[in-house]
Amino acid sequence: MTPSRTAFAAILAKDLRSELRTLQSLPAMALFAVTTFVIFRFGLDRTSLSGSLASGVLWATLLFAAVLGINRLFVSEREEGGFDAIRLAPIDRSVLFAAKVAALLVYLGTLQLITVPIFAIFFLDDAAGLGPLVVVLLLTDLGLAATGTLISSMAVNSRARDLLVPLVLLPLSVPLMIAATGATEPLLALGGPSYHRFGTWLMVLGLYDLIFGLVGYAVFDFLLED
Amino acid sequence: MYGKGLKPLSIATVVMVALSLSLVFFYAPLDGDQGFIQKIFYLHVPLAIVALVGFVAGGAFAILHLRTNDRKWDAYSYVSIHLSVIFGVAVLITGAIWAKASWGHWWVWNEPTLVSFLIVFLLYATYYPFRYAIEDRDRQARYASVFAVTAGAFVPLNFMAVRMAQSLVHPRTFATAEGGMPGEMMLTFLCSLVAMGLLWTTLVKFELTAKSASGQVKRLRRALDAPAAGGSSRIAPEVS
Repeated sequence: MTPSRTAFAAILAKDLRSELRTLQSLPAMALFAVTTFVIFRFGLDRTSLSGSLASGVLWATLLFAAVLGINRLFVSEREEGGFDAIRLAPIDRSVLFAAKVAALLVYLGTLQLITVPIFAIFFLDDAAGLGPLVVVLLLTDLGLAATGTLISSMAVNSRARDLLVPLVLLPLSVPLMIAATGATEPLLALGGPSYHRFGTWLMVLGLYDLIFGLVGYAVFDFLLED
Repeated sequence: MYGKGLKPLSIATVVMVALSLSLVFFYAPLDGDQGFIQKIFYLHVPLAIVALVGFVAGGAFAILHLRTNDRKWDAYSYVSIHLSVIFGVAVLITGAIWAKASWGHWWVWNEPTLVSFLIVFLLYATYYPFRYAIEDRDRQARYASVFAVTAGAFVPLNFMAVRMAQSLVHPRTFATAEGGMPGEMMLTFLCSLVAMGLLWTTLVKFELTAKSASGQVKRLRRALDAPAAGGSSRIAPEVS
């Protein structure tokens, strides 16, 4: 049996390499996010945002952009027979879950590395809140990656694959968005960032990550049986 | 097999529902603040509690299905979630009526419990298209169980997150500074809770019995080489 760490590194490296060579998810996600910012600029008729409006626009855009990437997460596994290969390989199946979560984390991190500075240039008057925002982004990405991987692996084996991810993932991510926007709002407030209930929201995010990380890890085995 | 005990259970449910309704209208005192409309509380809250317990029970049955690989538990999980979604519609409607009567609006966003319930309801409403999208029966059952487990874990987390996001305007019926509600109200409430719990259990048992009967008819027809009567549901699990 191949040690889990080796298998994890191999699957993650495979995913990142194929994304780097085909560039099929990330550019689309980033372009979608930037276009959505432009639509919000006209939809809200504002040239600068702060507080709850800023955090709402940022998180709604990032969530929908993430859905695009989550939709495509397992497409190559399905179309090129990757699921069969994983089933044949002498490895623990949960490794695939961990590796896919890690790959999705890298995608989401890269997406935010590109789009959050653009958001700041477009809408924010001062960028002092972006430092602590990194923590919120990381914790939210972890939760999104866990639930997204779980839903994506089921959706890709269904008839309505592109429909199922947004349908199931959006209600599932509501608590995550409540905590993320709650933590982001005071950071982007007019007149400098404040830390109202910042720690509490980080704890909610951490709890969500923990619960859905464990649930995903526990049930992922059953999704690969056939 | 599933029909066993259905008759006494149905009778107990009818008696209990009748008893709790008569307690609601003739025994429980009128609320000082809200008057008559407060009586919808005896319907709204027990329905909500039973629906949520049903959702979590659906998750527990799904765990059993995944562990034992017995299709019976998938049917239990499906029926539990199915009836809890129906109860959920009733909860949202009675909640809206109560909100209109006591706050003047059909929908109140800064009311954490109702909003949490809506989010949970929206998540479970996707259970049907989710099942429908997966054709293979075995895989459908397994994926549906994974969904039910995930959603079951989601219920308490969601309530916590929504409650933290909002101020408390919901009537804290059980723990107020004045020491909660009077005994007559509490007794009526508990009776209603038991009645709704019995109603849910009876309906679950009834649906399982119906599914099992139609499954048996189908098998007999197949044995006789007769054409199957009518189309069968593509998402409801078959029960033997």
